[in-house]
Amino acid sequence: MSSLIHQARASYAFFERNWNLTKRYWAWEIVWLVYNVANALSITFLGASAQNWGGKGVDTNRLILFLLIGTSVWSYLSVTFEGVTDLITIERWEGTIEHTFMAPISRFTHLVGSCWYAIAHGLLFTFLQLLIVGSFFHLDLARANYLTAIFMLLVGSVSFIGFGIAASVLPLLFTERGSQMSYIIRALLLLVSGVYYDISVMPAWMQPLAKVSPATYVLTGLRSGILDGTPIWSPIVWNSTWPLIIIGVISVPVGIYIFSLAERYAKRTGKLKRNG
Amino acid sequence: MATLDLEMNSLLKDITIDPANDAVVIDGVSKIFKKSRPLLSRWHKEAVEAKQKREVRAVDNVNLTVKRREIVGILGANGSGKSTLIRMLSTLLIPDEGTVRIFGYDVIKDEAVVQKLINRVSVEASFFKKLSPMENLLYAARLYNMSGAEARKNIREILTRLGIKPDRIDAPLEDMSRGMQQKVAIARAFLTSPILLLLDEPTTGLDPRSKIDVQTFVNELRDVHDATILITTHDMDEAEALCDRVAIIDKGRIVAMGETQALKRVVADIRGQVEPVSMNEVFMHYTAAHLITEEQVKRYGSWEKAFEALEAQREEEE
Ligand SMILES: Nc1ncnc2c1ncn2[C@@H]1O[C@H](COP(=O)(O)OP(=O)(O)OP(=O)(O)O)[C@@H](O)[C@H]1O
Ligand SMILES: [Mg+2]
Repeated sequence: MSSLIHQARASYAFFERNWNLTKRYWAWEIVWLVYNVANALSITFLGASAQNWGGKGVDTNRLILFLLIGTSVWSYLSVTFEGVTDLITIERWEGTIEHTFMAPISRFTHLVGSCWYAIAHGLLFTFLQLLIVGSFFHLDLARANYLTAIFMLLVGSVSFIGFGIAASVLPLLFTERGSQMSYIIRALLLLVSGVYYDISVMPAWMQPLAKVSPATYVLTGLRSGILDGTPIWSPIVWNSTWPLIIIGVISVPVGIYIFSLAERYAKRTGKLKRNG
Repeated sequence: MATLDLEMNSLLKDITIDPANDAVVIDGVSKIFKKSRPLLSRWHKEAVEAKQKREVRAVDNVNLTVKRREIVGILGANGSGKSTLIRMLSTLLIPDEGTVRIFGYDVIKDEAVVQKLINRVSVEASFFKKLSPMENLLYAARLYNMSGAEARKNIREILTRLGIKPDRIDAPLEDMSRGMQQKVAIARAFLTSPILLLLDEPTTGLDPRSKIDVQTFVNELRDVHDATILITTHDMDEAEALCDRVAIIDKGRIVAMGETQALKRVVADIRGQVEPVSMNEVFMHYTAAHLITEEQVKRYGSWEKAFEALEAQREEEE
């Protein structure tokens, strides 16, 4: 029991610390927001211009919404993923990594504590972005089912976290360029998950890759909620939910296991830190 | 100075510590670092010699026992392996050979227990620089199972004791001088009332008064809170003032061990002097030892004679 309280306190320690860091680096948040909004807008304008290219039969409102959901989910995934991989990068940058790794807490607590904040931060960030980008278009959201949208994001978060934890070993192992390497994982997820297009337009050999990416299911479920107003209990949403649950149940323990292997390796070879 | 009212470390509640165990038992510990090879050369087979060249034996077969409530100093030149040794005691590095036991618990097998017993201050103050001392220490305190209210109270108390002004406690740490940051680092370790405190050059960069403040604090931690302390330092006066015993380490090996007074006498005897030598000379004596080859010992008849000849030679050169 007392150990449970301890782990809860420790997990809150990460939340509070990251919140404090966000507050102090607020200018950085704004830079990110502007960057993400500009990216999202330029992609969404692509949808708005479809009519001018002779796409008479195109349902522009639907296309814009389709892209807008793509940019938002992608932004949420990136920000959350970055929040998770940052758990090592920040500590390396500040030099606190040894202090944190010496603390009497389980690695599970450490990782969960950091991810919890990443999710909250990612949700808030994406919501802001959505508000701003959405205000540029006259969107017809009469049919949208927001409950389904939030549900899909939350269920999907669990699997994103598993992937994020696995990716966070890169900065642990490659002291200099590790965090840049984690961009590869993100780029591949972006490519195969049907963020801006239907999976069916990809070459046949690439399509199976979409099946292992959690983002694919989040997007499918979320789009059907927003575009068609599908409720949570409908078969379409359920068909996107159960794969996410399976991916989450597998990827989180596997991520933590990979992390613990990497930690042992770093402690054997002196990669945690060396000066002093 | 009022003594600090630190509550019992709540982490220790469900850990049983056998009073028969020493605080630290280091048994035949070695650590070898390998420099990585350039990517392309990995395909070729490497000669054994070249392989050894890429290896650094940072700690070489060290044996050391620290009794409870003892303050033991580790002295040695830059790069002699002090920090590496401390890291192995703090579960941050895994030894390649040998075992380390802290109050009877193995640093690898019982890592989780050991982490509750120890804390470490490193030579560079490692903090989230944009956060204030309060925010940094609050984070640390929560990791060590303190509630927010309890932590806030203790943090203010301990920082004030170490001479940090109240208005500094909530301002970003990056604006503080290096010495002040180091004091906050020391406060962070003291805050969790470890029963084994590992101090890696804690007073490097502190002014003379601050050094004494820290030394008083270290003594108090031992006297009032029964802590055991292992400290590395380049300050010989500090070693003499603070340590019950010192170990001198050279190229990863312990070359001398004992009370400072005893070591001073031993070195004086070796040199045939009546007056005890200074701690500085003791340091010079033992850390020059590796310069003497077996050949020279043969040539001069004994190790001591070789050492004298070498010292004389050095003086001449100067
Ligand atoms: N993580 C590491 N990776 C590779 N080599 C290392 C690592 N840490 C230490 N070394 C090497 O091990 C040797 C001992 O270093 P260490 O930091 O323990 O010395 P030190 O006694 O603490 O020195 P100083 O007085 O300068 O702090 C040095 O040759 C150093 O380069
Ligand atoms: Mg050192």
